[in-house]
Amino acid sequence: MADVLRVCALYPDLMNIYADRGNMLMLQQRCAWRGLGFELTAAGLGDPVDPDGADLFYLGGGQDRDQLLCAEDLVATKREALHAAADRGAIVLGICGGIQLLGHEYALGDRAVPGVGLVDLRTVREEGPRLIGNVAIEVELPGLEGPRVLAGFENHGGRTKLGPETRPLGRVLKGFGNDGRSGYEGVRRGTVLGTYLHGPLLPKNAWFADWLLATALGRDLRELAPLDDALEDAAHASARRAAGI
Amino acid sequence: MTLLGAKLAAARAAGAVSRRAGRGGTSLPGKVLMRLEPHAIGELAARLPNGSAILSATNGKTTTAAMVASIMGRGGHRLVHNRAGANMAGGVASALLGAAGRRGTMAGDTGLFEVDEFWLDRLVPEVRPRVLLLANLFRDQLDRYGELETIADRWAEVVADTPAQLVLNADDPLIADLGRERDALFFGVEDPAMALPGLAHASDSKHCRRCGAPYRYDLVFLGHLGHYRCDACGAARPAPQVAAERVVLDGLRGARVTMRTPAGTADVTLPLPGLYNVYNMLGAAAMALSLGAPLADVVAGLEAVSPAFGRAETVRVGDREMLLLLVKNPAGANEVIRTLALEDGEHDVLAVLNDNIADGRDVSWVWDADFEVLAGRLRRVVCSGTRAPEMALRLKYAGVPAGRLEVVEELPRALDAAVDGGDGRLVAIPTYTAMLELRDELVARGVAGSSFG
Repeated sequence: MADVLRVCALYPDLMNIYADRGNMLMLQQRCAWRGLGFELTAAGLGDPVDPDGADLFYLGGGQDRDQLLCAEDLVATKREALHAAADRGAIVLGICGGIQLLGHEYALGDRAVPGVGLVDLRTVREEGPRLIGNVAIEVELPGLEGPRVLAGFENHGGRTKLGPETRPLGRVLKGFGNDGRSGYEGVRRGTVLGTYLHGPLLPKNAWFADWLLATALGRDLRELAPLDDALEDAAHASARRAAGI
Repeated sequence: MTLLGAKLAAARAAGAVSRRAGRGGTSLPGKVLMRLEPHAIGELAARLPNGSAILSATNGKTTTAAMVASIMGRGGHRLVHNRAGANMAGGVASALLGAAGRRGTMAGDTGLFEVDEFWLDRLVPEVRPRVLLLANLFRDQLDRYGELETIADRWAEVVADTPAQLVLNADDPLIADLGRERDALFFGVEDPAMALPGLAHASDSKHCRRCGAPYRYDLVFLGHLGHYRCDACGAARPAPQVAAERVVLDGLRGARVTMRTPAGTADVTLPLPGLYNVYNMLGAAAMALSLGAPLADVVAGLEAVSPAFGRAETVRVGDREMLLLLVKNPAGANEVIRTLALEDGEHDVLAVLNDNIADGRDVSWVWDADFEVLAGRLRRVVCSGTRAPEMALRLKYAGVPAGRLEVVEELPRALDAAVDGGDGRLVAIPTYTAMLELRDELVARGVAGSSFG
């Protein structure tokens, strides 16, 4: 049983538009407070990825042009490694722009930009405004008893459509979710997860940080030493209130 | 009475009703006027004998405008100025309405307007400014403004269509690029002693606007502001004509700057703190010089500037001196953090994080600000506002011991808790609507003057 959480941040200098570093900080500190190690590596444009080199691969969101650069690079240099990582049970977490890159393709202007195809989804453009606001979803994850709530903020122009056999990450309680209509939010296939709840999602949902941490390390969630989460619980409650639940 | 005159009177009456109802109503009469006469801004601005100046930026608009006003006041100019910071069409229209007299007269000779980033493309064609200052673009309220490049593209169209003298920040690549094909007066910092070790975490515009290759930075001063060049296409920082050649930051008190301009070189003792205010100062000086101010007025005006409300303003609360430092996005927060870090000792802080529309509903940005720099230097922090717990959490994960953090969501109680919990200086770092609330509370307690006085 590993006692070091190894995280690989994909394009951290380009795909960080909504303060994605908050998520890294959350994982790092919660490891440290429990006496677990934490190792953060980065893979930028052109860098190869070792599928066995991390327990969690993180892909955030970026500006349109940066995201296009990353999409092209991801397909050219990292696709096989990410498939191999997912196949051996490593977590691949795509947030905001990241969820779009996990699918088959996403629309950018008139172009359909290919993604890595780790999950069966496509992101299209439709008439209508960007989907912006506080959001709360209900999720069920292995190792958790009953449904839990993820609260956060979404801001996306793309509408993500899941394939017929593909499961969402959760059900929208408040907000827009994948396309503003389906009632679905995000995607999950095994340990590949995507969501539009962007940027510092984990600070608003410390329970999810711990679920990721435990799952990435192959541990039972109940084995993690409890922490004093008074402020974390208050921040979660405040994010839920902002979303209206 | 002319038709426009009647509309002005109607809009004024609406403002008076709003004021009697106890509301600030800074932009309401202007909004009414715009509904009655969509081109009222253009018609009234055209009456100003000395023309107008417009400035926009993500950070520093209100303070820069206050500096320009202080300088132009020296030369006896009477300004029409949206000084309360209401910077969309309603606010600009209200300022003009307030100055419009009978029979087409204006109580003022020069217009000075700060304009919201998104309103620039509508207001520049109306006001037809003589001088247009574009000072910086940082990531800010992505839920409202969208991506920086979108704003830069809109600004490029504004620049292409206006004959105004451009004043641009040479150190911001996104801004400097707007002047590539135009005559522009550039300003920038030239003192290598002000450089940071590298780009801040939340830096933007790291890639060439022309060709997409990463910029190479020789010096980074603030966020993505610095001395940069693109090795791929050769685009580089233009040489600034208005430059801070030597800068000495004097903690929270201010800065001493040796400033080179086309009108000569001068030493300026700036009474506002931080390198961000040095940038504001350079932009203000370049704008004032473009408007015809002599260098002596520029220096005297800058040295006499008082803080715009809530921006490095000091008030006395009980036994304590409280310094208000508006914080609304990562770049601004990082400069406030850097300035606080220049001071010795530990700080007592009141941090107020709101998520109202004018703040940006999305509070993600607090995770982009480098609070780690201050983590070991905070004696006690009271966190308040609509998203108080997330503020506290940010500080906890930055390394501030949880025992030094207190969450008091309701602002008046938080102010009491912060004031009662120690002595000496207290630093308040509110977001925009939190700053307005905090100031209202201070006015109600009789310790600060009215915002719109």
